[in-house]
Amino acid sequence: MSDLRELYQEVIMDHNRSPRNYGSLEDANRTAEGFNPLCGDQLQVYLYVNNDAIIEEVRFEGKGCAISTASASIMTETLRGRSAEDAERYFQAFCALATGDGERFDQNLDLGKLEVLNGVREYPARVKCATLAWHTLRAALRDDKTPVKTE
Amino acid sequence: MGVPTSVSSSAAPGLDLDAIRNDFPVLHQQVHGHPLVYLDNGASAQKPEAVIQMIADYYCKDHANVHRGVHTLSQRATDRYEGVRGKVRDFIHAESTNEIVYVRGTTEAINLVASSYGQAFVGPEDEVLVTEMEHHSNIVPWQFLCERTNATLKVVPFDDRGELILDRYRDILNERTRIVAITQVSNALGTINPVRDMIAMAHDAGAVVLVDGAQAVPHMSVDVTALDCDFYAFSGHKLYGPTGIGVLYGRESLLDAMPPWQGGGEMIMQVRFDRTEYNELPYKFEAGTPDIAGAVGLGAAIDYVAGLGLDLIDEHEQQLLAYATARAAEQSGMRVIGTASDKAAILSFELDGIHPHDVGTVLDHEGIAVRTGHHCAMPVMEHFGVPATVRASFGLYNTHAEIDRLFEAIDKAQELFGQ
Repeated sequence: MSDLRELYQEVIMDHNRSPRNYGSLEDANRTAEGFNPLCGDQLQVYLYVNNDAIIEEVRFEGKGCAISTASASIMTETLRGRSAEDAERYFQAFCALATGDGERFDQNLDLGKLEVLNGVREYPARVKCATLAWHTLRAALRDDKTPVKTE
Repeated sequence: MGVPTSVSSSAAPGLDLDAIRNDFPVLHQQVHGHPLVYLDNGASAQKPEAVIQMIADYYCKDHANVHRGVHTLSQRATDRYEGVRGKVRDFIHAESTNEIVYVRGTTEAINLVASSYGQAFVGPEDEVLVTEMEHHSNIVPWQFLCERTNATLKVVPFDDRGELILDRYRDILNERTRIVAITQVSNALGTINPVRDMIAMAHDAGAVVLVDGAQAVPHMSVDVTALDCDFYAFSGHKLYGPTGIGVLYGRESLLDAMPPWQGGGEMIMQVRFDRTEYNELPYKFEAGTPDIAGAVGLGAAIDYVAGLGLDLIDEHEQQLLAYATARAAEQSGMRVIGTASDKAAILSFELDGIHPHDVGTVLDHEGIAVRTGHHCAMPVMEHFGVPATVRASFGLYNTHAEIDRLFEAIDKAQELFGQ
């Protein structure tokens, strides 16, 4: 159980129980849908990006496991108020963190709370749960209407 | 919590579980520091030494292409390959080896029938009937057929226990129904469907019936002649045999009337550029070099299962299912999905407040392999309003003690998630 706690850290459990920024966003100008066909997870990311390419508002909703729900929730907290360009840097950094790919890691970026998800690298079958929200966010930023799949 | 003891009896007399478990090398290992408990038999069963050795023996001594050469090895390979065809015929009680077509698995068998029979005998005003509990492999090939022919796909619903609503089935059947495709045992719910009655009803309406036997064959004795089905499909790997080999049974008169599916070597009698004459049954449907070693391994799996006795296997698995079901009823926060009165050894469930995928990770951590997800049966998930379930599916080598381990691990998942 002890190392399971490293995957399911208290911060993850908390965000799973009470996800932040959950629900749809009426005046969203960018949205995208993501699926994880393996487990049936499905989520929607809503963004309001202003003319200066700043993510003013970001929300999500959908059904997923604790890892995907917490990841989406922490992602919204991390990205609100940041530029689309920053979001791309966080996307790269987070994927590197989740997959344990050190070479892609951006040392200049403080991942903050996102670090709690680094336990997933020990669980290859769960990496996609952690990255689903991020891939969906990226599709929304690119205004890509094709649903994102992690398979 | 109280553990019902009345049903925690040992194995059925005659099934020596210690000896059986010793036949399966893969079972004897630790996963995350715990002895492996393999409860994902519905996805694929493990292989006994007899199957593994038979495949090695075939490659060590007798391998060559079949039906091709006059040389000794080709003859031996052909004898072994064709010998298993006879074994399969006896195993499912078919009348002739002409009715036994080797395929890659259940999925390919269904695609073969949907393509070949469908192309020849299904037209624009016709209907194809499936049930709401089918595996995707018994839905999508029929959707392809309906798209190609402008036929209509009709769906027989099931009730909240996971039993097909036979009155609805009777209503949906009509003179336009050409094919009924039904699973004998639901992979997601465990329901055993009354296929014999359903086949008789379909025949009364003038339709032919394909039975998906993928989940049935490992658990019960199958008699295609008594069922009177027109097609029966199953896979070797769920029957403790190798992956990549499966069987399509087809009534000889129907297979005869059907056009070939794939073209190539083996399925021809004579090839000329103006006209090709097809081979006789069953070779008409076996284009190209088949999975010879797979067939040989399937033969060993059939011998293994038949040697133990499907009646004893069924009895043992029913005891496991009864025990697991009783324990599930005692477990707070646990909901069993699929509560039909007649079930095979499959326990699908969800736990309050914990996503099945998280349950799967916790169980894996305790050395327990289960399937989590939609089980390739998304319409079933939709019916119950869940994205996924956890599925424990039992096989002939599972024990009551392993079910105890499953429930200990469920306790841990609930503790971790504060449920």
